[in-house]
Amino acid sequence: MRLDGRQTYDYRTIKVTFGTDYGCCFVDLGKTRVMAQVSCEIVAPKESRPNEGIVFFNIELSPMASPTFEQGRQSELSVKLNRQLERCLRNSKCIDTESLCVVSGEKVWQIRVDVHVLNHDGNLMDASSIAAITALCHFRRPDVSTQGDEITVYSPEERDPIPLSVYHMPICVSFSFFQQGTYLLVDPCEREERVMDGLLMIAMNKHREICSIQSSGGIMLLKEQVMRCSKIASVKVSEITELVGKALENDRKARKAGEKCGFAESLPQERITALKTDKTPVEAMDVTEKVDDIIQKAEVPPLSVPSPSLPVPGVGQVGQNTWGLDEEEEEEEEGEEDRDSSGEEEEKGTKTQKEKDKGSQTADLIIIDEVVELSDSEEEEVVILHPDT
Amino acid sequence: MEACSISNLKLREFGCEQSLLSRPDGSASFIQGDTSVCAGVYGPAEVKVSKEIYDRATLEVLIQPKVGLAGVRERSQEQCVRETCEASLLLSLHPRSSLTLVLQVIHDDGSLLSCFLNAACMALMDAGLPMSCLFCGVTCAISADGQIVTDPTAAQEKESRALMTFAIDSTERNILMSSTKGSFSVHELQQCIVVSQKASEKMFQFYRDSVKRRYSKYL
Repeated sequence: MRLDGRQTYDYRTIKVTFGTDYGCCFVDLGKTRVMAQVSCEIVAPKESRPNEGIVFFNIELSPMASPTFEQGRQSELSVKLNRQLERCLRNSKCIDTESLCVVSGEKVWQIRVDVHVLNHDGNLMDASSIAAITALCHFRRPDVSTQGDEITVYSPEERDPIPLSVYHMPICVSFSFFQQGTYLLVDPCEREERVMDGLLMIAMNKHREICSIQSSGGIMLLKEQVMRCSKIASVKVSEITELVGKALENDRKARKAGEKCGFAESLPQERITALKTDKTPVEAMDVTEKVDDIIQKAEVPPLSVPSPSLPVPGVGQVGQNTWGLDEEEEEEEEGEEDRDSSGEEEEKGTKTQKEKDKGSQTADLIIIDEVVELSDSEEEEVVILHPDT
Repeated sequence: MEACSISNLKLREFGCEQSLLSRPDGSASFIQGDTSVCAGVYGPAEVKVSKEIYDRATLEVLIQPKVGLAGVRERSQEQCVRETCEASLLLSLHPRSSLTLVLQVIHDDGSLLSCFLNAACMALMDAGLPMSCLFCGVTCAISADGQIVTDPTAAQEKESRALMTFAIDSTERNILMSSTKGSFSVHELQQCIVVSQKASEKMFQFYRDSVKRRYSKYL
């Protein structure tokens, strides 16, 4: 007898709901809550497979789901879940990627599946795999037509979007083992997961084909145990597939009949913690009087803006410019420069200054026509070098 | 661009559910029309030494978009929500603790920032954190022909000339935070502020109704 009263092979209640747009689905596995969203984009294909589209999976362990999940996503659990989802869905070739090709070698559809874990109460893998495959079955991609070199992507209003071609629906079933394989539990909840010895995940579809098996935790299982688990998994998978099929069917009928679908509609009305209101008008009777009142009472902002120029210690021009300069030198870096247009000459002056600074690398003094001291050298005496002409 | 015409101001239907997630200390989902957001709060909890403040709680806000990773837009929205929450939470009652608020976009059909604010307030209430006032978010859009639209949809937002979101407090209807985009005159700004204050009354009445329903003995 388990903590929540289930038997060994019992799954928690599974609820599948859909969002407003195609490709958005929520799965509740007991209290574990997961949301999946599918989106698509046209990109260049991989070089090794120019005829096939790309499917990309991503499981986000939201910090909302558990206090132990943090924002930086490289935790071990996150890597494990991502890898398992990829193996389950990509390696089993459940999506026909060749139908995602638009122009061979140049443009293909990239389908992106984002799974967000909203509440972690155990068995994230099962919930994520159900959400991902359901969202892929629910998703519709825009219609595309090619005319020579041009590709036209039609918006949903112009032409109906097309569903993806899904060959089969692999679903993960998790088994947890306790006391060196003596006890076995299906669909562990979070507390059971914390104390289990090992976990066995079997991904299977309703045709009794195993898509992937993963055993972790270092427990040693006998052949009979693994066979038994796979038999249990096939029963569970067929039940879950039926449930998902029914949910997809209901949603399709509702959309066809033009009912409003989405998260808003699935807000449970009979719950005491939920409340919904209809469109409410806002009274705007005395708005204009109030506004005029406020504006009159407010202070008038100063109309003149202080000039942006700053007083600067003199950056005067130094004598005649004897250097042949190109005008498109680097712009002044000092922030203390006067930016008015009247300061152009001064700016040119400082430019020439910097040129001279660069030109004379050895001497601290800068010589032009007159002998002028311009450096902040710490030497007491001024040494005049004879300029080499 | 002086006065805008104001007529037929409406708020879309809204709904809220509290305590829908079992792990967070407080959680709420808020729906405005088709825009829907889920919020979860953890706290007061232990804080990392690098982030602790000696006399107040450290509030951290995380916004998760639906597709892809969080970027600069989410960071600026987080900043807006965080400043509003810090203004209304009594942080000095929990020094050296951390409060984490996580917001997940479920569907975006316009007025997203105000939906974040509303969901945040309901989640903080659900978690039982001490607050000096409640706050709500209202979005106003000024359309190209000068009409003020409250609670715009994504299509209305796209065609608007200016978009403003205000966070309004419950005690004196003051503005806690404002985030604007687009060009508008001072007169228009004041009009939108007054309109938002009127709309916030409906929101606060809704908060009151949903909490009353929650703690009532009969449905």
